[in-house]
Amino acid sequence: MSREHEQGMSVIVKTITRLTVGLILLYGIYILVHGHISPGGGFPGGIIIALSFIHLMLAYGKDAALKKLPRYVTSFLEGFGALMFLAIALLGFSGGYFFLNFISKGEPFKLFSAGTILLSNLAISLKVGAGLFAIFVALILFRFDDEGEEE
Amino acid sequence: MNYFAGMIPFFVVLALGGAFLVSLAGRRLKIFPDIAGLLTTFSLLLLSVLAVIAVSGGGLLVYSIGAWRPPVGINFVLDGLAAFMLVTVNLIAFLVSLYAVNYMERYTDKWKFYTLFLLMLGGMNGVIITGDMFNLFVYLEIASIASYALVAFGTEKHELEAAFKYAVMSTVGSLFILMGIVFLYSYTSTLNMAHMALVLAQRGTSNILLMVSILFIMGFGLKAALVPFHAWLPDAHPSAPAPISAMLSGVLIKSLGVYALCRVFYNVIGINPALSSVFLVLGTLSMLIGVFLAIGQWDLKRLLAYHSISQIGYVILGLGLGTPLGIVGGLFHLFNHSVFKSLLFLNSGSVEYATGTRDLNKMGGLIKKMPVTGRTNLVASMSIAGIPPFNGFWSKLIIIIAAVQAQEFFYAFWAVLASILTLASFMKVTKYCYFGRLKEKLKGVKEVPVCMKVSMSLLAIICILGGLLILPRGESLFLGKAGYSLLKGTSYGNEVFEEVNK
Repeated sequence: MSREHEQGMSVIVKTITRLTVGLILLYGIYILVHGHISPGGGFPGGIIIALSFIHLMLAYGKDAALKKLPRYVTSFLEGFGALMFLAIALLGFSGGYFFLNFISKGEPFKLFSAGTILLSNLAISLKVGAGLFAIFVALILFRFDDEGEEE
Repeated sequence: MNYFAGMIPFFVVLALGGAFLVSLAGRRLKIFPDIAGLLTTFSLLLLSVLAVIAVSGGGLLVYSIGAWRPPVGINFVLDGLAAFMLVTVNLIAFLVSLYAVNYMERYTDKWKFYTLFLLMLGGMNGVIITGDMFNLFVYLEIASIASYALVAFGTEKHELEAAFKYAVMSTVGSLFILMGIVFLYSYTSTLNMAHMALVLAQRGTSNILLMVSILFIMGFGLKAALVPFHAWLPDAHPSAPAPISAMLSGVLIKSLGVYALCRVFYNVIGINPALSSVFLVLGTLSMLIGVFLAIGQWDLKRLLAYHSISQIGYVILGLGLGTPLGIVGGLFHLFNHSVFKSLLFLNSGSVEYATGTRDLNKMGGLIKKMPVTGRTNLVASMSIAGIPPFNGFWSKLIIIIAAVQAQEFFYAFWAVLASILTLASFMKVTKYCYFGRLKEKLKGVKEVPVCMKVSMSLLAIICILGGLLILPRGESLFLGKAGYSLLKGTSYGNEVFEEVNK
């Protein structure tokens, strides 16, 4: 692999990425927090947020993306997301049932409504986004390790 | 609501919570994964014993998640069969995690092992207690995907190859199951198993049910490694670390395969003579082909893996007979097989731990150097071969008696023949591995560490005492309730709704 590729792609791609990557991240957050009132939710929101980091990694090389989101942070967020989802489910026992929506539901079609759904979406997006990014990083690093051995 | 019903979600919560806690904290604290693994599996075992007591009255318990009642919400159903399976799964899981404390020192990243192990356990417990068709599929996938990673845990070349083969074949099986669920959903407009049973009973038979039955037999049959669908098992099970081989052969193929097959066919779709004969034929084929393939193997773990196929054949044969005695025999054999096959795999793991080889030709005389492993292996071998008074004898006897009573002499004959061949192949294991002359190279072999010895001894004790379960008291508390859950057939649907509306 040439030196140029390790540093990322061409100037055109890098410029476009610089302009779009923030928008992709914002769109992911929008999909995530509006999950309970419009199509979307934790899973697609998390995927889009992870894609913004993957986009960064493709354009600028792995070091730039891993500086923003190191591997230990990814694996922490993944475990934390799962535990948070479980904790929300367990807090339902305060009302007597597992997974009970114990927070006041609020007014329908407002951003802060639907009780625990927004929090659950947040937990799911952490788990899914961090998981997808971790899988992508694992594939990238595995290839680099492999090539390093052959040299 | 029964006092125990509120505890039902904890079968899944404890296992999943343990898994993610280990993944967060286990990397730094070296001691934490072991403690978390042992504590989680032990508390799950206690819970499942309580579950048996809670359903000993004969009824069933329903838990509606998020207070949404079925058929709208997802529900957990705990009946005799579920309690029986929970005890089997969690008993083996506890003893296996005890064994893994010492055994997994051979590998790096113990916390990854415990995370995946507890995820797999959570998936299996979920499959067993869920009362919702799609939820069953989700848990099934959790357990399967965790098991793919566990098969590849050593990351040697052959392990990765076996894991890949397993992943591809098992995913195909999962897709068959998903497709079956899709067809059932389109036909009944519900995913709740109890509601599905009611709707199907109203609608009567149709061709789509035939299609669904075939898809489920292929899908769950692949998970259970019945013979035309068994090709992944002899590669996958020996490649995993020994505790995982014990889990896979001991309980995974049973909870994902046999249990789900029984639950769907007996309680939701409803058993009929055609399905029964499919079970009988598949069971007999697995029984014979498994044992014939096993007898020529020289790799110890591979030999044991082929025997799993053969013993699952017995279970399916017993369940396919459809008589009360046959079902109790099949379930009893399921429990016994979990115990002795886990023990055999743990023994093979100990031999590998001590000598570094799995080739029977390179062993010999190990009983002098490894008395605990050797003796427990002798117990397990005699159990699986069906020698009285060990537990394997009683369950095989019941299955054969049930076959004779049901006038299926043909199948009874093959069951006896397969048992004799099993005895032959385990005489081979015992002779080449534990008795005979001690090889020069193996002079320095030491017995395995204490946790492994304790775990194997406990399993051997259960092998010896397991036969007592068939006494009237044990039978009525444990096996009889489980058999009754299957025998009541599609009135499962009515019972669930009666319990919900109480």
